[in-house]
Amino acid sequence: MSTQEITSIKASRTRRRYNLPLTVVLALCTLTVLVPLFVTVSMAFKSGAQAVQGEAFTLPNPLSIEGFIEAWRLTDFPVSFGISVFVSAIAVAGAVLISSMAAYAIHANWERRFFKFAFFYILAAMFLPFPVLALSQIKLTGMVGLDTPLGVGILHIMFHLGFNVLLLTTFLRNMPHELEEAARIDGASTWQTFWRVIFPVLAPMSATVGIFAFLFSWNDFMMPSMIISDPSLQTLPVVNQLFQSQFSSNYHVSFASYLMALAPSILVFVFTQRWVLSGVTQGAVKS
Amino acid sequence: MSHSTADTRTPADTPAPASGPSGTRRAPQPSTSGPRRGPDLTHWLFLLPTLIAFTLAIALPAVMGIFFSFTNSVGYGDWDFVGLANYRLMLTDPAILWSFGFTLGFAAVTVVVTNIIAFLLAVGLTSQIRARITMRTIFVIPMVVSPIIIAFVFQFLFARSLPAAAQTVGFGPLESSILADADLAWVSIVIVTAWQAIPGTMLIYIAGLVAIPDDVYEASALDGASPWKQLLKITVPLMSGYILINVILTFKNFLNAYDIIVGLTDGGPGTATRSVAMTIFSGFTDGDYAYQMATATIFFLITLAIALIQLRLMRRKEK
Repeated sequence: MSTQEITSIKASRTRRRYNLPLTVVLALCTLTVLVPLFVTVSMAFKSGAQAVQGEAFTLPNPLSIEGFIEAWRLTDFPVSFGISVFVSAIAVAGAVLISSMAAYAIHANWERRFFKFAFFYILAAMFLPFPVLALSQIKLTGMVGLDTPLGVGILHIMFHLGFNVLLLTTFLRNMPHELEEAARIDGASTWQTFWRVIFPVLAPMSATVGIFAFLFSWNDFMMPSMIISDPSLQTLPVVNQLFQSQFSSNYHVSFASYLMALAPSILVFVFTQRWVLSGVTQGAVKS
Repeated sequence: MSHSTADTRTPADTPAPASGPSGTRRAPQPSTSGPRRGPDLTHWLFLLPTLIAFTLAIALPAVMGIFFSFTNSVGYGDWDFVGLANYRLMLTDPAILWSFGFTLGFAAVTVVVTNIIAFLLAVGLTSQIRARITMRTIFVIPMVVSPIIIAFVFQFLFARSLPAAAQTVGFGPLESSILADADLAWVSIVIVTAWQAIPGTMLIYIAGLVAIPDDVYEASALDGASPWKQLLKITVPLMSGYILINVILTFKNFLNAYDIIVGLTDGGPGTATRSVAMTIFSGFTDGDYAYQMATATIFFLITLAIALIQLRLMRRKEK
């Protein structure tokens, strides 16, 4: 290959390095995501007088936090926020701890029939969508007094147990045996082995599992709306639905309320992106 | 991206700093002698409570639901076995049949829309473009936001902004809200559902696209194939496995449609956009427990059939 050819290939490569028209097209496509978010933010910061006109694409003038103050007061935001945090915390802690303990027990005893059976038993739940179970779960949770945020947290753990155990056992299977053996030879008990070896090794996978548990739990509407019987103990998404009629055309209030419910999950995503992105891919390969 | 386990491992290989003084302490007792791999108490402790909770939370309601679908229970009090009466009634109930038809039709349309857009975005985001990472981040955001809240935002846009814009340009058909139009309301649900489902689907396509070796394209580029031809003749066939996974995953998810519909139309106008999930939940308020459990059982069988098709196809792909 002559030097001339090489330079021409190099030149064409640098020229093709960035496809400008495609970049422009994709940038325009991001508007489909950005515009609804922009509308949410801009409506939230409008004054009552401006918001009531219902114009989506005008900028707030004057900038006002009236909507936030009113939404905070009207929906009793600290309470519903606290309940959402509570439910998500249970779901995350459960997803990370309970799933990894179960996965470890199954992994360590794979050749035993009972543990193998338990694995497929838990996995079978992946084929049971919530609508199928909902009515019976409402009955049962009501009977035992778990028609509460705690009950929703537990159900969130149980609904994702199958998927999480699948991810974690696959991960453990690829773990070098020596790690566990070494701990054993040192005389560590199963309990110590789990905490000192298995749990740290699982950490990257647990991070993904935990973040998805948070996102799912924080955003879920269907389950809390069905299971939690006391409206004053509802999570943020449900509260926003309950207050629809009271928001009426006070759009600054409704959008401030929406923004306060949306912001946490967007923030968590921005700071934990790589686990979210890798999680989706691994999930697709497994499920 | 499919090798991401390797790069996510980095933060973890600083193991828990728990190895304090206890780490040096040697276990004095010779511990369990004999074969070490037997399940000790801790293993049972790790699994059994979870298994019991799982049985009560998931398995019992599932069995209960199927059981009561053969009774006339209203959710409490006495009940009798009625055999297949609920099923027979259900299969001639226009409201239930409509919700099955609506849900399946809506899911099918949304699967096509979601997968085509997600695929094209994935191709775009794996091409030589500027600001690739930033754009990928932006495109993924819809996946992480609350479906019902974002549906409320779109509800505002469809009910107020779209008609206002249509009036300004004088486009008659859109001057009134599509949410109030029984023939068009479903379109809004397709749009918002696709909007939210595209990122996850797109990420799976990206994982597949980055695994295609470059020389495949280089060879065809030398043959003078246009980008479109490359896309159709090379990329799409190579991606068929991923397309299959995504079509099944999205279809399965869309069958459970609920949150977004509540936020946009609440099943209306009338019952035009009532999904199966909404119909089942109505059994809670209308005292039709047993009857709607029959609906749920049929719904479960449909989901199961799709899952079995999925397993069959995936296994074939692995071979």
